[in-house]
Amino acid sequence: MSSDFLYELELNPIKVESNVEIAKDVFVLSFPRKHTFVAGQVIGICLEEKGEPRLYSIASGSTDDMIRLLYNIKPDGELSPTLARLKSGDILFVSAPFGTYYGTAKPAVFIASGTGIAPFTSMLRSGLYKDKMLIHGGRTLDSFYFKDEMTELLGSENYIRCCSQETGDGVYEGRLTNYLREKTDLPPDSKYYLCGMAEMVVESRDILIDKGIPFDNIIAEIYF
Amino acid sequence: MEKEKLLGKTKTELEQVVGELGLPRFNAGQIADWLYKKFVIDISEMTNLSKKARELLSEKYIIGATPHSKVEVSADGTKKYLFPAGKQNYIEAAYIPEESRNTLCISSQAGCKMGCLFCMTGKQGFQANLSSGEIINQLWNLPERDEVVNLVFMGMGEPFDNMDNLMKALEILTSPWGMDISPRKITVSTIGIIPGMTRFIEESDCHLAISLHTPFEDERKKIMPIESVYPLREIFATLKSFEFPRQRRISFEYIMFKGVNDTNRDVNELVRLMHGLKARLNLIRFHPVPGTPLEGSDDKTIIEFRDALNAKGVITTIRASRGLDIAAACGLLSTKTLVDEQKNRDY
Repeated sequence: MSSDFLYELELNPIKVESNVEIAKDVFVLSFPRKHTFVAGQVIGICLEEKGEPRLYSIASGSTDDMIRLLYNIKPDGELSPTLARLKSGDILFVSAPFGTYYGTAKPAVFIASGTGIAPFTSMLRSGLYKDKMLIHGGRTLDSFYFKDEMTELLGSENYIRCCSQETGDGVYEGRLTNYLREKTDLPPDSKYYLCGMAEMVVESRDILIDKGIPFDNIIAEIYF
Repeated sequence: MEKEKLLGKTKTELEQVVGELGLPRFNAGQIADWLYKKFVIDISEMTNLSKKARELLSEKYIIGATPHSKVEVSADGTKKYLFPAGKQNYIEAAYIPEESRNTLCISSQAGCKMGCLFCMTGKQGFQANLSSGEIINQLWNLPERDEVVNLVFMGMGEPFDNMDNLMKALEILTSPWGMDISPRKITVSTIGIIPGMTRFIEESDCHLAISLHTPFEDERKKIMPIESVYPLREIFATLKSFEFPRQRRISFEYIMFKGVNDTNRDVNELVRLMHGLKARLNLIRFHPVPGTPLEGSDDKTIIEFRDALNAKGVITTIRASRGLDIAAACGLLSTKTLVDEQKNRDY
């Protein structure tokens, strides 16, 4: 990755393959992959060539033909409401992937809220599913995007869904942070990857530190 | 219908306002003068506008200034003001009097998305971007407004995550038609969001401060999540690609954490990293926030660290701590005041 690329974030046109609503106001946008990337990296996207791109974590595997992005519509967002109207064949401007929020083969616990699951699905789809646990928080049962695939990759014992407003089979009833507070067997030597809204990331990090996890074993990614 | 606020509008926007009301264009300059130089609190006070113009303006607009709701005063004279900003959001502005200059530290966002391990504001999460009016209001409505010499954007929030409102506020603060403050009296501090930093360098003449806190990328990632997206090497490459005029100051903020970033290894890497860049380094004592695993370096270590850097040609100073008895570190007061709407969280 060159310096020139990153701060200028050169954008190139690409044709949208599909843009599918997978839950209320939550979409998966797909377009052909033009670059290699490391699972966990982000990509800048924009509707204009010279506009200011927004950054999204890649949700697809590093060898998949398509880049997939998971996003939700923010009612006051500058990009997402328009993004949601894109159809197959429409043109989008995208940067090369960048960032260093990498996963590794070492044991790790992935902790995400909402669409913050995106970098972890990329890591898991890229083969980094051994010795991994995923704890995913959402308000409603349809918040657990890619549920079947995650269950298949991780097994139900390593795929924890925490639902704060609905109940369902095999789902922890309550907020993700409550689950973390109640959990007594968090492995101290694992890496803990956090991704999602700042509130969740900061609160979860505090809980982990309070439970004795060294702060240098916690790697956070925030939405901004 | 809720009336729109005039405070925070640029001259161009005021020209649009008067244009839509069918008023002469020169009224925009007059309104800017009343807003940003005479600090009127009601449109009726804009007495060089015609009565009809004031009536038309008052039908749709208000000044929109918001007084502070709380103030805490430190034994050293530092005052921390709490301003309401939108529904159930609170922001802080710290007034720091000194013999030679008085500084106002202002906020750019309610809360913050950046999640730095050592920061109290980060524990609130993010509530809202401040409008240009809400940014300006912290100075506009300050009882000590006329005594302020320096303005620093080092309060709550990441300024370059609220770029459009920041740039509008800076335009109002520095323009001759606005508050006419010299850009050399204003410093904007960033965590290092590179696209925003680039735009700021190109479009503003204000000073720039960057939160560094360690010269090592792996270490920085542990305490500042932004490092995963905008790494140090890219921040420095960006800065080194610009030529800064002599009067424009680039500085780095460096909070000293015991055993984390206060060793000779850090000194040597800082010297290497800053080579070729005309910038200074400000060392800051760390005053722990609740729940943090980090500890501050002791005074002896901080002084030795400063001296070692100065000896190697990196201009380094130690910032005086102020307002410790009122928890002047940004975020503490507003976090205590913030109404926590847990039911609205989505995790």
